[in-house]
Amino acid sequence: MANFYETGPAKPVTESVRVDKVTPGARARHNIRAAAVILFAIIGLIPIFIMVVTAFKTRADVVAVPPKVLFQPTLEGFVFLLTERVVLPPAALAEKKQSLEQLDWMERVAMASGQTITGPSDYVRRLWNSVIIAGISTLISVFLGLLAAYAFSRFPIAGKDDLLFFILSTRMLPAVVVTIPLFLMYRQFGLHDTHLGMILLYTAFNLSLAVWLLKGFIDEIPKEYEEAALVDGYSRMQAFRKIVIPQAATGIAATTVFSVIFAWNEYAFALMLTSEEARTAPPSIATMLGRGGIEWSAIAAGSLGFLIPVVIVTFILRKYLLRGVTFGAIRQ
Amino acid sequence: MATIELRNIEKRFGETYAVKPFSLTIQHGEFVALLGPSGCGKTTTLRMISGLETVSGGTIHLDGANITWQKPGYRNMAFVFQFYALYPHISVRENIAFPLKAEGMAKSDVYKRVDEVVSILRIENLLNMRPGKLSGGDKQRVALARALVRKPAAFLMDEPLGALDAEYRESMRAEIKRLHLSTNATTVYVTHDQVEAMAMADRIVVMSAAEVQQVGTPADVYHAPANLFVARFIGSPGMNLLAGPRRGEKVELPGTGNIYTIPAPQREVLQAATPEGKNVIVGFRPEAAMLNEQGALTGEVYATDMLGAYKLLHVSFDSDTVVHIRCDRMVSHPIGARVRFDLDPQQVRFFDATTEKAIGPTQSAGTAPISVQAANAQEKAA
Repeated sequence: MANFYETGPAKPVTESVRVDKVTPGARARHNIRAAAVILFAIIGLIPIFIMVVTAFKTRADVVAVPPKVLFQPTLEGFVFLLTERVVLPPAALAEKKQSLEQLDWMERVAMASGQTITGPSDYVRRLWNSVIIAGISTLISVFLGLLAAYAFSRFPIAGKDDLLFFILSTRMLPAVVVTIPLFLMYRQFGLHDTHLGMILLYTAFNLSLAVWLLKGFIDEIPKEYEEAALVDGYSRMQAFRKIVIPQAATGIAATTVFSVIFAWNEYAFALMLTSEEARTAPPSIATMLGRGGIEWSAIAAGSLGFLIPVVIVTFILRKYLLRGVTFGAIRQ
Repeated sequence: MATIELRNIEKRFGETYAVKPFSLTIQHGEFVALLGPSGCGKTTTLRMISGLETVSGGTIHLDGANITWQKPGYRNMAFVFQFYALYPHISVRENIAFPLKAEGMAKSDVYKRVDEVVSILRIENLLNMRPGKLSGGDKQRVALARALVRKPAAFLMDEPLGALDAEYRESMRAEIKRLHLSTNATTVYVTHDQVEAMAMADRIVVMSAAEVQQVGTPADVYHAPANLFVARFIGSPGMNLLAGPRRGEKVELPGTGNIYTIPAPQREVLQAATPEGKNVIVGFRPEAAMLNEQGALTGEVYATDMLGAYKLLHVSFDSDTVVHIRCDRMVSHPIGARVRFDLDPQQVRFFDATTEKAIGPTQSAGTAPISVQAANAQEKAA
């Protein structure tokens, strides 16, 4: 190879880059790093891949050794997830096979493993509980967090630093430590296994995060914007609504996503503080492990359904998030 | 009409003064510049007038009415910020319309008014853009339009040109001045740039260390500074200040043989103000010195700055004392050469060495203070 330092790169450099970054060694190191990142991403995606694949496998394919990469996809997992079934005695099964044409597809799938559907499972209801609890608690905590963060950012508040630390400290105890006292309290107040109880709990937990995150974003908004509005005859609240909120949009989006993800994924509290009425998806997917043998494909299908809402929220807010998670990116 | 009257206003943070008590009356239609280095209290003063900052003492009056504790929005003043404070999430048109919408004006009237203002500032082509896409000069034009659109009684401008490139700054300076003349609105303009203040203001309030140092016309603060701070701060470079003991009608300045004879009209005042043998400070502008073979003062050329239209000589009297002298650009003086010069007696000022205050008048000779109201009356007649 010709001496790089004399001949320079083979192609003209058309991007902004430091001179020592285009030497062959630097380029090679860059490629190695890029390869490492891609490899890491692939390793990280393997569980998700396995989950998706498992959701479409039959019971036999799931446990096959070595794992089957090519297989006949089936909706068995989803049918098992969404229904309650009983095993039919062989005589009844044979009888049913006669009238195969009149059965709907779900029944047919169930019958393939000798079962018949007795009713819908409670998976959809649990998922709906999750949506309600995560959604409402996120709305409340972002709304309250926004007001609190604005106050902390703009007004002289006595003991501001202590208050902020106190707010943060509510997140310092691990969930398992506080579940027992909370469990007792909730039983006393009649909040056990209620939507209200879970919404209050997740709001309380998310609020500290919301205040801290949003304060950072609001601090970045020059106070001159509101001052200009104040001089122009707007009230403080109007300035907040018309100027601050639109400009804190990235922060609000980021906080929303973080809050949704926390409330959506939360497991320990939900397991202890709910049983039937307000049970959310995470503990209910886990309890499927124990019923009538391990239905791996049903669990995988349940997890897949559980992932989708978070993906949707994140997807809707992605354009704000990209700027939002890199704090301080909204400088004028 | 908008006469702003500040009566003994002050701002303290705990025991520290941000603005020491002072009074000032800003006449209707007057352009007053608050000038001083950063941290001198000029912006705080402006913010107190706007209501964005409370006073610690004293009162503010607008046309006689006490507005000290009025909300900013009720003062009918427009504020122009150094960094424009244009709302980035709405278009230029909406930015300009924003103050009018606070008043609940009908939509069609709002946009009619916006169009009027926009045509004054010639920014029609920017209306649909977002502020982020504009150049600094255009941003400030939009900010001015937003201030103008309400037809406020007074404009308060906080270093509006401070963030602009030199190229825009000069043209914007002229634009703001023309705008002031055409609207005839009282304007208070904060700047740290003495050139800007000199060029634009009817009167300059020089501030330093929370205190008002001098209030006067640009000619006053330039030719007859009230104290050493103003003498040094105004002008580029500032006034040459030389200290020496006064003996009779002479002052012994630094360097060998530099005896300066006090001009006749000022002798009496000076002899009354400073005891014999005590230090007095002689001040003169670079252009007040005239190179002259027989000049009374002498020094060595230390450096020369070629500034295009003229040359600035740095002349050292001794190791501690360097004076600046303006001379013809064609004259060549090698470094180290000895030059002699005289001072124009009309342009020499004297200062007390201990109080640092000017001895003698602090209004420039020959330029009687401009009566702003008279000037306004003329304008209106024209």
